[in-house]
Amino acid sequence: MLAAVPNPLAVQPRRIRRVVQETHDAFTLELDAHDGGHAFKPGQFNMLYVFGVGEVPISVSGDPAQPRTIVHTTREVGTVTRAMRALRKGAALGVRGPYGQPWPLERAIGRDVVLVAGGIGLAPLRPVLYDIVAHRRDFGNVVLLYGARSPEDILFRRELERWRALHAVDVSVTVDRAAGAWPGHVGVVPSLIARAPFDPPNAVALVCGPEVMMRFSADGLRKRGVRADAIFVAMERNMKCAVGLCGHCQFGPFFVCKDGSVFPYERVQRLLDGREI
Amino acid sequence: MNSVETLEPILSAHPFFHDLDPHYLSIIVGCARNVRFRTGDFLFRSGEEATQFFLIRAGRVALEVSAPGRPPLIIQTVGEGEILGFSWLIPPYCTVFDARAVEATRAIALDGTCLRAKCEADHSVGYELLKRVAQIMQERLQQTRLQLLDVYGQRT
Repeated sequence: MLAAVPNPLAVQPRRIRRVVQETHDAFTLELDAHDGGHAFKPGQFNMLYVFGVGEVPISVSGDPAQPRTIVHTTREVGTVTRAMRALRKGAALGVRGPYGQPWPLERAIGRDVVLVAGGIGLAPLRPVLYDIVAHRRDFGNVVLLYGARSPEDILFRRELERWRALHAVDVSVTVDRAAGAWPGHVGVVPSLIARAPFDPPNAVALVCGPEVMMRFSADGLRKRGVRADAIFVAMERNMKCAVGLCGHCQFGPFFVCKDGSVFPYERVQRLLDGREI
Repeated sequence: MNSVETLEPILSAHPFFHDLDPHYLSIIVGCARNVRFRTGDFLFRSGEEATQFFLIRAGRVALEVSAPGRPPLIIQTVGEGEILGFSWLIPPYCTVFDARAVEATRAIALDGTCLRAKCEADHSVGYELLKRVAQIMQERLQQTRLQLLDVYGQRT
């Protein structure tokens, strides 16, 4: 007898357990998955459906060791995410997933790990940080280089402080602009790469943020001596089906939803450098 | 006999002078002195004569621009292993921004007038120095262009 194959397009309603306003336009939704869990790997995403409004792909930003809570962090940038932000505790959201290729953490075992995040790009990397902190001895130096638009736009401040205090992760934060009271670094995130404490030939780099920022970061990592095949980037495209059928997220020869959204940099470098894809 | 420690080992250990010919270093070191700044001290202010540039050894310095009725805006910070100040090299040798220590900062200050004279006297030193300065200028220009893109802003 054939076993039933779960329908990859089936939407499951989930209740919102908590809404956290992270910055003026970024927020986190914690969804209840106590009825069976929602296992995922760092870097994967879910399709979130605001009933009657629309569906959007959002990376999971929670702890992979806590599958009974589904956590997503996103910004209010369009109709669906604005409607999502208006939802309150107890409201229902449709969830399907997880989808996509995860960050290749197995490649990082025994090596230095460089995480380069820009803006909301820190959210898809947070599960990696949870996983690394939980298995800290498996890795060499772990460096997080994080760039935000301004000090007010910095995500997950408390956790950044906690990881820094635990000496689990060497955290460097920079902002693109700041007023005089800001005591930290000002400049773009690739400018942090040159002096970050990692051994380039023995490092794996995971980069997530706007495409231009990823391109310049990859250039900086290569210049520092990180091998091209040890750099991974997370792409973002307009995903609809999320299972590689509809073609909305086509990126050159790839479907971002199925072949990505995490890609080896070497596979997409030519496309990232192109004027329009 | 008293021995005098020179700044040569410190200069050669700074990334800006990485792998510099020791002969050039011995020429440049005569323009160098050790300096320290407390948090809040100004290394220089906008509009002053640009008399020196700095090799930052530790700490952090903010380059700021002021506008009436607004708090100063930090446009860049420089820290350990970086250099601060290009105006000593380019006429009219006048600083453009305020440079304020946001942390206790240790640096080597290089006298711009002294360096320019040495570069004029020995163009091979001048060329070597200019190549290094030009590379940093190019990096900072690229970084500024990236900043101008405002990549984390809302798309309109």
